Formats: sequence, structure tokens, C-alpha cells
Amino acid sequence: MTTYFNEMFDGKSVRDPYARLGDWMATMPADRRLEKQAEAEALFRRIGITFAVYGEGGDPDRLIPFDMFPRVFTNHEWGKLERGIKQRARALNAFLVDVYGRAEIVRAGRIPARLVFQNEAYERAVAGFVPPKGVYSHIVGIDIVRTGPTDFFVLEDNCRTPSGVSYMLESREMMMRMFPELFRENRIEPVDRYPEALRRTLASVAPAKCDRDPTVVILTPGHFNSAYYEHSFLADLMGVELVEGADLFVEGGFVWMRTTEGPKRVDVIYRRLDDAFIDPLCFRPDSMLGVPGLMDVYRSGGVTICSAPGAGVADDKAIYTYVPEMVRFYLGEEPIIPNVPTWKCGNADDLGHVLSNLKDLVVKEVHGSGGYGMLVGPKSTKAQIEEFRERIKADPSNYIAQPTLALSTTPTFVEEGIAPRHVDLRPYCLVGERIELVPGGLTRVALREGSLVVNSSQGGGVKDTWVLAE
Amino acid sequence: MLSRTADNLYWIARYMERAETAARLLEVGARIALLPSAQGYRNDWDSLLRASGNAAGYAAKYGAPAEKAIESWLFFDRDNPNSVASCITAARENGRIVRTALTGQVWDALNTAFQELRQLEARRASCELSRLTDWTMKQAAMVRGSIDATLLRNDGFNFLNIGYYLERGDSTARLMDVKYYVLLPQLEYVGSGLDNDQWSMLLRALGAHRAFHWAYGGEITAAKIAHFLILNPQSPRALITCVAGMANHLGRLAKYYGRETLAQPAVQDLLKMIETATVETIFDEGLHEFLTRFVGEAARLGAVIHDSYLSGDM
Repeated sequence: MTTYFNEMFDGKSVRDPYARLGDWMATMPADRRLEKQAEAEALFRRIGITFAVYGEGGDPDRLIPFDMFPRVFTNHEWGKLERGIKQRARALNAFLVDVYGRAEIVRAGRIPARLVFQNEAYERAVAGFVPPKGVYSHIVGIDIVRTGPTDFFVLEDNCRTPSGVSYMLESREMMMRMFPELFRENRIEPVDRYPEALRRTLASVAPAKCDRDPTVVILTPGHFNSAYYEHSFLADLMGVELVEGADLFVEGGFVWMRTTEGPKRVDVIYRRLDDAFIDPLCFRPDSMLGVPGLMDVYRSGGVTICSAPGAGVADDKAIYTYVPEMVRFYLGEEPIIPNVPTWKCGNADDLGHVLSNLKDLVVKEVHGSGGYGMLVGPKSTKAQIEEFRERIKADPSNYIAQPTLALSTTPTFVEEGIAPRHVDLRPYCLVGERIELVPGGLTRVALREGSLVVNSSQGGGVKDTWVLAE
Repeated sequence: MLSRTADNLYWIARYMERAETAARLLEVGARIALLPSAQGYRNDWDSLLRASGNAAGYAAKYGAPAEKAIESWLFFDRDNPNSVASCITAARENGRIVRTALTGQVWDALNTAFQELRQLEARRASCELSRLTDWTMKQAAMVRGSIDATLLRNDGFNFLNIGYYLERGDSTARLMDVKYYVLLPQLEYVGSGLDNDQWSMLLRALGAHRAFHWAYGGEITAAKIAHFLILNPQSPRALITCVAGMANHLGRLAKYYGRETLAQPAVQDLLKMIETATVETIFDEGLHEFLTRFVGEAARLGAVIHDSYLSGDM
């Protein structure tokens, strides 16, 4: 039987960061809790923060479950996380500039050339181009798990367009509204400067040809997208336009948006759209979501695209295993937050180990995301394991495997009262002229008892994440 | 503002106004059902369906007019793009797309309407018609009121109002035309006094029954009604009020952007058409002919507004 680290209870005693929450929890009557839970749900629905799950049909306006029990970090714990996250964001960006330039890390034999240059996410179209300020990934979402008091691991990197930051902000709003007393009793670092920091970050990477206060926009695939709420939420808080591909066009070496007053020039595009869709002339010709000619403007310094096309090669799960190597290579430092040990099924030795230990491992597709296409060995039936074994054998290099981590738990409100549930953490690191990290992040919680999958598409919920001030 | 955003705002207003029109039609229908059906029960329902703008769709789905089926068609039916449910859903979806151009209260009003609609749909069998129509008008008023009370008086506000006035003018003209044309095709009946009930029904459909009596008093006559619904600027749904409203908001847009488009002269032309009319000239031309001309001109104005501001191709 695995034992899990409970972030609140260390044996019988309550750990420091949660000290004041113990009383709060103990004294809250059950009916008040239900009342508050209903209030939270009604509020979320009213503001329209919903999430559609791909391919499941059903209620398109479904809410991500919100758990009212906050997750808490001490200032000291956060300090280490912050250093580790910024270090990683720096290394990932250095890697991207390098592999689209001289690829020194490959020349030095620290990463196999095949993994980089034959990677589906490697965009030949931007080879040789250095984006403004040398930044490819402007918003780096780094998923972190915890297994003990001081044991943190990076589970994966998201260098393209990590989502979920609206939940970080809305969860905090919700908690402050419903439980103001908690914020008086605990000194909690605020997170609400994130939108302003994001706007500053985006403006700081204005393109070479921009000679004025840059016009920033968010490019969304449209209102049918599951993250549309987040796109419009961020546009609103930053005070920038939320555009769709059809609102933009290219002319005279610049990108313009169609407004009621005629065309207006756009300098920085925060796109929430995959590379493949942003420009039908350069990538997928059947994309209706993008802007024809966008890439030509981008490469000639007429517009900045955030994250930069091609950034995805750094967050590939096969590349992931080499990130500690990047930290050493580019920064000359040791990684502050280590990786989860990972077996690459593409290596014959690793493959043998994985296939004979499937029931204890978590196996993921190299390019998968969102908790789809993965096997959680200990939670799967024999038949599921055998089915997955065949899939791995058919295409080994498409899979990586990791030990089933003893993910930490935090107290969570459930049907029967309060019970420990597994959590992870996604902070959002901003990279522009400088690197910024708002103290907090998105804590995702697996609401099903015993479940280790925290993705919202798989029945996960969210919690407010506190960093206590010193 | 993005042209698409302006377009979404314009359609929020049009759909909300259209939902209200559908509810008013239903209310009139319910009233008809309570009257002794001396003449033309079938015709009355028929005329309601025509006024709702999609009689063919109804016939294809249900066949002959029947009270329950019409209620369902005008309120709940998603196959009817002009039903209350379709309009509120579309208004809310347009609102969701331009969430950032709305205040919290406006969004809240749109979203609350939509969420409550879904509850009504879940127990539609037990919904009384009068509750449904009251509910719809209340939602429309909530949206309208939160726009008036909380929204910045910027270009977006103007586009919303242009949508409201265009839709409202269009629906007034259609409602009048249906009553006039469908129910009283033979000229000799017009103004004969036989049609008082019909005219009174029309006033109810426009929510103007009491207002009319305050403004005119005495017998209801076709001439007075035509004046009230076309030419009296006191009447909130009169054609002149709607066109003047559009002229006002298009004028404000021209000032706000510092440039005129084809839409400003177009609305002035339409305004002139109504301002220079009298009840006599309208009846000389033929009410039906006048209304048809108005609906056509209003549609052309709508197209010019679309090309000038909403399409993004300038």
C-alpha cells in the first residue's frame, strides 16, 4: 500500500501553512458548507466560466468543479519553486533559440539530432529566425507534482498556449468573495496582477518594425473552443481586442484588424491557436481559423506571435527528459526542481523495462495532452494493459513511461465531508524582457477517490492556491 | 471596435427584441382563445403565424394551426429561428462572444435569461402561457435596462440601439401589415367598425393598448391607429420613433468616428419618407403598399449599415 503525503496533516499534527485552516474546517457546519458550495456554483455559472469537454457531447456549458478548500504553500516552499520554475523557463527558451539557430546542444551531443529535427513540432519555417528578445515561449506552464515535504518534480512543460490561468484568477475571486475572513486571518500573496503582467510581457516583445505603443490582441479559434471563456476573460482584463482569424488580414507587410473605423494595425498576437492553424499559406491549407500570409509578416519583423511558431518542440514529452540537460548546458546550473524519472520506449533497454512493468507505470503518448491516450497501470484492468501493450509495441517511440507517482493530497470537500484527494500544480511563468511569476497557480484536484488523474477532461476540479506572505 | 464585435452587439439587440415580439404574439393568441370565436378563429392564429415571419416552417412541421402547437412553435421550438427560445439562445451566444464588450450586469441579464430558459424547457409541460410571456418580457426588459443603466455610451452602445430600433420598426410594420392585409383584404370592411376587435388586438400585440387610449381617447379607428403606430413620436414602437432612434445613433457614430458613411444619408432618407407622410397620404397610397415600402427600405438601410460598419470590408 502506497502512502501519500498529505499536505495538511503530518501524522496527527497539522502542518504549519494550514494551521489556521484547521479551525475553519472544524467549525464550519455542514449546511453552511453546502450553502457556500451552491453559491459558488451559481456564481461561476453566472459569470459564464464554463468548460466544454472535447468529444463528450452533453452539456456544453459544464462547469469545472470548484473545491473550496484552498491549497497552501509557505513562502519558503514557494521561494524554491519560483527559482526552479524561472530556471526552467529560461532554459527552455534558450533551447528554442538554439535549435532554430546553430543547434549547439545537438552539436555537443547532449540531445540526439533526430529528436529535435525530426520532431513533428519542429517548424522548419522559422529556422534561422530569432524572435524579438529571443523569446519563443512567453507563457510557460510547468506542471509540478509533490510527493513529500520537500520533494517536488516537474511532470511536464507547456510552452505553447497553456490554459487554465482564468481558473487561478477566478478561484481567488470566488474565495475572497465567499470567505473574506480567511483573507483577514491569513496573509496571502495576491495573484490579481497577472493580467497586467501578461500585457506588459506581450508589449515588451513588440516586433522590430513597431515604432509606437504596440497594439496587442488575443487570437482565438472562436467561441466554440472549450477555452473561449479564458480567451475573452484575459482580453477583458488586459483591455485588448479578442480577434478571430477572419478579423485579421495581411497587407503591405503588416497585419491589420477589421474595425468599425477601418483597418487598424496589430503588432503583437497572443494566439490561442496551434501552429498548424495560424497561416493556411504556410501550414495547414485547410485551416479556416488562421490568417493567410501571417508567417511572412512575422518573419519580416512586422508582427510578433506569442508563443512563437515552433515553440512546441520544447514541450514534447520525448524532449522533456532532456530539460535537466538544457539547464546544465545553457545555464551551467543544476536543476532546482528535478524531472520525474522517465523511460523512453524508443530505447530498446527502456522498452523492455516498461513492457515488463506496465502494471506499475504510467504510460503517455509523446504528443498527447489533456490526460488522453494514457495508461495508469495500477488503475487499469488486465485487458486495458494488454491493449496498451500492443499499442506500445506497434510504435514504441511514440510512448514514454514514468513510475506511478505518490501524488500528494490535500483536504477536499467531498460528498461525505472532507477527505484527502490528489493534487498537482500549474504555475504560469511569463517571459518577455524579464521573467515574472505570480505567486500562485492552478491547483488541479482529482475528485474521484483514489484517482491520480487531475485533468478537467477526466473529472478533475480546481482549487485556490495560496502562497503565504512572510 | 472590431467590426465583428459591433455585429454581435447589433444582433444581441435584434434577437432580444425579436423574442419580445414572439412573446407579444403569444399573448395576443392567448387572448383570442378566450374570446367567443364568432369569426375566424383559424384566421387569427394564421395571422399570428404570418406575423411571426415563419408560417411556412410551422405548416411543414405541424400542418393546420392548433393552439398548443402554435404556443410551442412560438416559444420553445428550436426549429423556429424566431421562437423565444431560439432568440434568447442566439442573443446570449452573441453576448458570450463579445463578453468583453458588455458589462457584468448586461451579461448577467442575458445569461440569466438563458439559464432560466433551460429550466423552463425542462418542465415545459407545466408552464402556463401567461407566465411564459410575462417571463419573456421581463427578461427583455432586464437586458434593455442593464444596457441603459450600465453600458458606456460608446460605439457599442450605438450599435446595440441601432439593432433594437431596426428590429422594432420592422416588427411594428409587419404586425400592422398582417392585421390589415390578412384579416381585412376587402377594402369595404376597413374603418367600418366591424374590425374594432382586430385593431384592439393589434394594439395589445404592440403593448400599446392603454397608451393608445391615453393618447387619443374615444373610438378606435383605423386612421387613429395608423397615426399612433406610424407617425406619433410619443409611441415607443411607432415607425417614426424607431427611425428617429436609428438616425440619432447613426449620427452619434458619425461624430464618434469623425466620419460619415452611406448609412447616415440612408437613414435620413427613410426618416424623410415618414416625416412627410400623413395618415391621408398613407391611406391614399394604400396602407399595405406603404408598409411594404417601409419594410423594403428598412431592409436596405440594414444592408447599408452592415456594409458600412459590420462587415469589416471598407
